[in-house]
Amino acid sequence: MDFLKWAISPWGQRVPIHIAWFLIWVAVIAGFLFFIVHATYLRYFAKPKEFQSSGSPLIAARIPEHVPRHSLTARLFHWIMAASMFTLLFTAFLPKVGMPFDWVTYHWIAGSVLTVSILFHIVHASFFMDFWSIWPDKIDLRDAFRRTLRFLGKPEPPPDKFAKYPLENKLYHAAIMAAGLSLVVTGVFMMFRVRTIFFPRNPYLFSDMTWGMMYVLHGLAGVGLIALIMVHVYFGLRPEKRPITKSMIFGWMSRDFYLKEHDPQRWPVESPISSPASKGEAPEGLRDAG
Amino acid sequence: MAVIRDVMPAFDLFQPSSIADAQKLLQQQGSDGWVLAGGMDSFDWLKDRIKKPKVVVDLSGIAELKGIRSTAEGIEIGAMTTLTEVVEHPLIKEKFKLLADAAELVASPQIRNQGTIGGNVSQDARCWYYRAGWPCYRAGGNICYADTPEGRNREHAILYADRCVAVNPSDTAPALIALDAKFVIRGPKGERAIDAEDYFIGPDIDITSLHVLRPGDLLTAIRIPSTWAGAQFYFEKVRDRNVWDFPLLNVASAMVVSNGGIERIRIAVNGAAARPLRLRVVEDAVRGKPANAATGESAGKLAVQGAVPLQFNAYKIPLMRNLVKRAIGGVAEATWTS
Repeated sequence: MDFLKWAISPWGQRVPIHIAWFLIWVAVIAGFLFFIVHATYLRYFAKPKEFQSSGSPLIAARIPEHVPRHSLTARLFHWIMAASMFTLLFTAFLPKVGMPFDWVTYHWIAGSVLTVSILFHIVHASFFMDFWSIWPDKIDLRDAFRRTLRFLGKPEPPPDKFAKYPLENKLYHAAIMAAGLSLVVTGVFMMFRVRTIFFPRNPYLFSDMTWGMMYVLHGLAGVGLIALIMVHVYFGLRPEKRPITKSMIFGWMSRDFYLKEHDPQRWPVESPISSPASKGEAPEGLRDAG
Repeated sequence: MAVIRDVMPAFDLFQPSSIADAQKLLQQQGSDGWVLAGGMDSFDWLKDRIKKPKVVVDLSGIAELKGIRSTAEGIEIGAMTTLTEVVEHPLIKEKFKLLADAAELVASPQIRNQGTIGGNVSQDARCWYYRAGWPCYRAGGNICYADTPEGRNREHAILYADRCVAVNPSDTAPALIALDAKFVIRGPKGERAIDAEDYFIGPDIDITSLHVLRPGDLLTAIRIPSTWAGAQFYFEKVRDRNVWDFPLLNVASAMVVSNGGIERIRIAVNGAAARPLRLRVVEDAVRGKPANAATGESAGKLAVQGAVPLQFNAYKIPLMRNLVKRAIGGVAEATWTS
C-alpha cells in the first residue's frame, strides 16, 4: 500500500507528487473512531471530575455572572478561520471523492483568507492577548500525570482546576497550529503554480523533489485537518462542552461553569487581593486573554 | 525517459458482442479498463507504453454501435461508426453537412476509414508533454510543463486554462455542438443522453479527462435532432499541414437566416480550450442582426474576450476572431485582419 503517489520527473528522478487519496478516508474513519472511543469512555468508564479546592468564597463572590472569555476580535478570527478551513477542506477533497467541480479558485481564495487571518492571529495573540495562556505549563503537565495515575487507581491528589484552557484544548491548539501553518506555508508556495492575482506563475521556483515534498506535506496536513476538525466539531457539540462552545459565540461563560471548571488563581477574572477596577483599571482577567 | 515503440504492454483483451456486455465489463474493470474504439488514439498510448491498462475492451465486434439510423427526431449515429461513413452518408450530407465537412477534415483517409465518431469526440489531449508521459497535471501530477516561459505551447489554450493548458483536438465536436447533438451514454445506472457541450469538461472540473465518461461508462450513440437540418452551415479548420493534422483552431456554426437577419444560430470553436466552446455570448449578440462582415467583425471581437495567450500562442487570438467572423459574415465578405 503506497501512502504517497510517485512519478518519474523529466530528468529521470523518482519524485513524490502527492499523497494517496485513500488517506482522506483514513482520516475520516480515524475521526469517527475517536468519537466512538471517547463517547464510550465517557459513558462507561470515566469517573466524575474532581478538582482541588481553589480559592475562597470571597473570591467566588467577586466573579461576575458573565465571565468574559473571548473578545469580539478573537471570536471573529475563530469563525473566519473556521469558514475558510471548511471551504478549503470541501474544495480540496470533494473532487477527490467523486464530486468534481471548479474548485481551484475557491480554494486559493479561501487559503488567502486563512493566511491573512492566521497572520492577524499571530500578531493579535502575541501583542494583545495573554500569549502563554494557550501553551501547556508545568501545572498542566503535573495534573495530566495525576489524572492518568488516578484513572489507573493510584492514590494521587486531585488535579487543580483548569486555567483559561484545559490541557486538551492547548494540545488541540498546538496540533491545529502545526497543521494550519504547514498548509499555509506550502499553500502560499503552491499558489505560484496556478494563476492568481498575487504573483506570476513560476512552477520552477523549486526543484521537482522540493515541490513534491511540498505537495505531500500540504496533503498530509490537509487530511490531518479533516480528523482534527471532526474532533473539534464533536467536542463543540458535546453537552458538557457547550458552555465553552457558547462562549465562542457570545464571548462569555457563566459564573457557575467558570467556578466549576476553572481556577480563579490560574485564570483570574477578578483579583483576589485587590480590585484594580476600583483604581479605574480593567481587571487583568477582564482583559482579552484569547 | 525511454520510449519503447511498437511493443505494447501485456493486457487482457475482451471483445464483447453487445453493448450490455461491454458496459458490464467496463463496470467490472473500473479504472483498470480501457475502451478501444478505432484505436487511432489508443494505440499511440499503448505503443508508447505511457498508458498501461490491465484490460482492453475492444468495441469493434458490437454491431449495435455501428451505423447511421434515421429516427423520428432526426438521426442517430452509432459511436463506432467510422468517420468515412459519416462523411459519405447521404442523409448527413443532405441535412447535416456541417458534420460531414468536419469529419472530412479529420486526419487522413486511412485514419477516417478506421477512426470512429465516438473515438473522435472522446480522444485525449495532444499536448506533447502529456503524451510523452511526463507527470503533468493531466497525468495526475502537479505541474504543467507547457505553461511555463520555456514551454512549447504554440498549440495550447487561450481560454479557460486552469493549471493544464492542453486543448481538445476533436474536429467533429464543435460541429456536433452546433447541431445541438445529444450524446447517449450507457453507465452503471442505465442510459442517459446529455447535450454535446456537456459531454466535454475542462481542467477546472476534472484535470485528467476531457469528457464526462467515468469508469464503467460507454458512449453508445450520438443523436442529432432535425432542429438544424438544412441550416446554413460553416466549418473551417486551420492546421499547420493541410495534408493531415490536428486543428490549431476550428469553428463550426449552424445558422438560420430569414429576412436578412440571423434568426437562430449555434456556433462553437475548438482548439482554444480544453473543451470545445459554444459561444453563447456571440450567439446572443448576433441574433436578429444581418449575417454580414460587420456583424462577424463584432462577433469575432466578442468571441476572444478574456483570452489569455501563453508564450507562443498569441496568434490564436486573431485566428479565432477571424474564424468566428468568417463563420458569421461568410468567407467572401469577411476580410482577414490581424
